[in-house]
Amino acid sequence: MKLEVKNLTKKFNSLIAVKDISFTIEKNKTLGLLGPNGCGKTTSIGMMLGLITPTSGQITIDKIFLNPKNRIELLSLMNFASPYIELPKKLTVKQNLEVYARLYGVKNVKDRISEMSEDLNLISFLDKKTGELSSGQKNRVSLAKSLINKPKLLFLDEPTASLDPDVGDFVRAYLEKYKEENELTILLASHNMKEVERLCDSIVMMKKGEIVDRGTCQQLITKHGRENLEETFLKIARSKNELG
Amino acid sequence: MNWDKIYALSLRHVYLIKDSFPRILDLIYWPTIQIFLWGFISKFFTLTSSFYENTVGIILSAAILYDFLFRSSISYNMMFLEEIWSRNFTNLFIAPIKLSEIIASLTLTAIFRTLIGLVPATLIAIPLFGVSIFKIGIPLIFLLISLYVFGVTLGLLVTSGLVRFGPSFENIAWASLFFLAPLGCIYYPLDILPNWLQIFAELLPLVYIFEEMRNILIYDIIKISQILKAILISFIYFVLGVIIFYMSYKGAKERGNLLNIGE
Repeated sequence: MKLEVKNLTKKFNSLIAVKDISFTIEKNKTLGLLGPNGCGKTTSIGMMLGLITPTSGQITIDKIFLNPKNRIELLSLMNFASPYIELPKKLTVKQNLEVYARLYGVKNVKDRISEMSEDLNLISFLDKKTGELSSGQKNRVSLAKSLINKPKLLFLDEPTASLDPDVGDFVRAYLEKYKEENELTILLASHNMKEVERLCDSIVMMKKGEIVDRGTCQQLITKHGRENLEETFLKIARSKNELG
Repeated sequence: MNWDKIYALSLRHVYLIKDSFPRILDLIYWPTIQIFLWGFISKFFTLTSSFYENTVGIILSAAILYDFLFRSSISYNMMFLEEIWSRNFTNLFIAPIKLSEIIASLTLTAIFRTLIGLVPATLIAIPLFGVSIFKIGIPLIFLLISLYVFGVTLGLLVTSGLVRFGPSFENIAWASLFFLAPLGCIYYPLDILPNWLQIFAELLPLVYIFEEMRNILIYDIIKISQILKAILISFIYFVLGVIIFYMSYKGAKERGNLLNIGE
């Protein structure tokens, strides 16, 4: 799916959370949405998921304008994972996956759960309550939920935050493999620059609600004369009023 | 309406109750205590005063019906609050499920929770106090429908507040029914209220439901017009509740509440 964001703005009373941002993610590509905390990444994702009404601007998914009337239809082709939202803690992993598979209208629920469980190593704790899992296990369950409907467009908000390097690497490797085998466009918001370098085809840098720079990782590193993306991020985040 | 999605959302709440003995116990415990308390109070009145003769049946039946209303509303609120407490709210609202399907699912599942609590308490009242609400007969079905629709409506109004103001609105959820109870004329006739309060009380379906219950149990008279009025008023409030819920949802999307609502 191709995602196009045009002149998107969100004001909360006098606060401008997102200011006139525009970008495109081509089909099967991954775009990194970067920026310091509070720069408007999550608000932007919220608008793209139809959870927040934009003040102005347009969101187009495969040339279809996202609006309240077609939101449900489009949502069945998307999904979202974030460590800041959780699945019901008192339900087992299997029950949670079943509920969400049914909500997303998955045809063969049992087969899809088995497939996801094998791929993401969930089998050993499928019957455990979700609230009793470790961070790494919860994260994999959240990823399984976000892929349960085989989405064509996936929003990931810091998917490996608070994970140990081993689990973080597993998640990144899985996403790479999944993308190779499936048609999937990803918007990734992350503070892990190595993760962004590894997964993203291009980057959009936000600061104070605005897009301040964009390009591939290498283009940005070269442009700002830094050694890696982390240093580039720091330079942009700490600079004053630099607009690209 | 997609019934598979309504079923899926109901399943989430059924799993929650099914696998938790403390939750089932909690659902049964409070209505049962209520029945015991009112049963003994009214039995005491009957034994010590001829004025209160036959009041066990009336007061206890009123207590059961009021608890039915209370449980319907609280069940609806609780299921919505569960989503907030478990931080599952955002996941739910990004799933391809319509608001009408969420309302339908919560409405249908609330009856399940309500009956778990109330059926044992109602059955206990028969041998223990010799009181059966089934004596009301066929009209009982319609009185229960009216109570249920009104209970769900109160639940809808509280959930609208939760969507609009966030979890801080939770306390209102618990207080909402107690606020209406004095006006509902549950344990006493409408005439007891001052004239100016009677005007407000008559705007609620509760007055007609409980007056009708007393009519049937004391005078053995069924006034169909009272029952119809109760059902009609309940449904009018339900439609208003749905409209307010949609407006709150729209407002929450404007303010970005749906993305960060949580404990």
